[in-house]
Amino acid sequence: MSADLFEFLCRMGDNTLILGHRVSEWCGHSPVLEEDIALANTALDLIGQTQLWLGLAGEVEGQGRSADDLAFLRDAWDFRNVLLVELPNGDFGQTLMRQFLFDAWQELMLGALKESSDARVAEIAEKASKEVAYHVERSGDTVIGLGDGTEESHQRMQAALDYLYPYVGEMFESDAVDAAMAKAGIAPDPASLRDAYDARLAQVMAEATLSIPDDRFAHAGGRTGRMHTEHLGHILSTMQWLQRAYPGATW
Amino acid sequence: MYAQMIKTAGTGVKSRDDMTPEEAAFQDRIDADIKIEPKDWMPDDYRATLIRQIGQHAHSEIVGQLPEGNWITRAPTLERKAILLAKVQDEAGHGLYLYCAAETLGISRDELTEDLLSGKMKYSSIFNYPTLNWADIGAVGWLVDGAAIMNQVPLQRTSYGPYSRAMIRICKEESFHQRQGYDIMMKMAQGTEAQKKMAQDALNRFWYPSLMMFGPSDKESVHSAQSMAWKIKIDSNDELRQRFVDQTVPQAEYLGLTIPDENLKWNEEKGGYDFSEPDWTEFFNVLKGKGPCNTERMNARVQAWEDGKWVRDGLLAHARKRAARKVAAE
Repeated sequence: MSADLFEFLCRMGDNTLILGHRVSEWCGHSPVLEEDIALANTALDLIGQTQLWLGLAGEVEGQGRSADDLAFLRDAWDFRNVLLVELPNGDFGQTLMRQFLFDAWQELMLGALKESSDARVAEIAEKASKEVAYHVERSGDTVIGLGDGTEESHQRMQAALDYLYPYVGEMFESDAVDAAMAKAGIAPDPASLRDAYDARLAQVMAEATLSIPDDRFAHAGGRTGRMHTEHLGHILSTMQWLQRAYPGATW
Repeated sequence: MYAQMIKTAGTGVKSRDDMTPEEAAFQDRIDADIKIEPKDWMPDDYRATLIRQIGQHAHSEIVGQLPEGNWITRAPTLERKAILLAKVQDEAGHGLYLYCAAETLGISRDELTEDLLSGKMKYSSIFNYPTLNWADIGAVGWLVDGAAIMNQVPLQRTSYGPYSRAMIRICKEESFHQRQGYDIMMKMAQGTEAQKKMAQDALNRFWYPSLMMFGPSDKESVHSAQSMAWKIKIDSNDELRQRFVDQTVPQAEYLGLTIPDENLKWNEEKGGYDFSEPDWTEFFNVLKGKGPCNTERMNARVQAWEDGKWVRDGLLAHARKRAARKVAAE
């Protein structure tokens, strides 16, 4: 059980770590000052959640690894984030579309985790869900505003959705780890969240005047570690550089 | 503070006899420490000077995100990353308060932004220097925020109400940033040989540019008298620089780092340190756009503004559609 729980916690923490990294790349470059503040705030929340998920993962593993050890000293094959969060930022529209597609999933996942049989998981979910309620409201409103904005903004948002939609399905995959989590009442079976997600997506995209692609094909391999995108290695080589170049230093 | 070389509008301090009744009443309020508020009468030159000063400060907060943002993706621990993100978010927030304060003087944020991007308005010279190693993030907090606080604390008492109130909020956050910066320096200075080397390297590169933040010597600052009479400048550049050096030298000693100035010496008689002047030729070159990062900083801001146009237009178009739909429904 503890190996499955460790795997599950890494999936949660790696999602927030890698997405937080991506969002933080916007610092100082966003279209308007309010967005600089909002993006930094979102990245900050995600990194804070990472500290909690990976901190607990290290505790459950019981080999003395801290959240920092897990974040900075694992190689790409040990990362368990979904592929969606490692995709490049693209333009602002692609970044916010990616954020909404993730936020809408995370809101449902955390909602279920608040009822987790593991009190430590429930406690993290309780705290994180307050932040994510704000994230999903903002990313959803921005997707609607830009989808139903000008001709150009509409086209860019449709292109972002077309590009990102094939990465949505992976968030709802289930494997043996998920089965073990569901059986123990620790976490829901991700597949069970899909209908509510689809309903939310349909509502927001209708308001945004955007068309959800018919093809439900899903790229996968991130959350199992079977095969990440080429992007992850570059993220890690930036993120982990100081820890790797100066091993054992205290910062 | 992040405003340097602000040219005071007007022809200098007027004597009482030369003032109109309105100007005399205005000066009386300032002398009595009564705040000037947006709807109050004020001389055009007071308004123009404040717009320059507050605008330059706001631009500095915005451009200042770039050298720190340069290290967010490479911060060495999750905690350091979170602290740096929170700090950069605060800087953007400071920019927002300051643009709002400037707007009360009758200029829009978009107009100020256009003036920054066209090069008509400046931002602090300090942000044209690069952040090259992780200790630079410590040095920016310790020295750059330290120098900013030195100037901003007196400005909490400035005569213009909205500016004064913005400064009070900003100073609280800046003090916190300075402590965080010093904390990074402590870790580095007590760390491995490589970390000590990074800390010393950061101090070597940021020392003189930090001294330049206060602007040229009082002898060169021909416009200060009017700004001081209006209480939009409280202390002279040299007074503030001296205070900064006196505060910082013992902190560097505590860290075991060497300030890169062979002439640095305690002067018992004046009760402060003697120290070398920064290279003012370099300073004026940086102001003219010839600093190490001027081109990159401006290009980054111009690109963010141009790339973001479709987003601003899109959101505005949506807001108009919604408003129109609301009217149609009523």
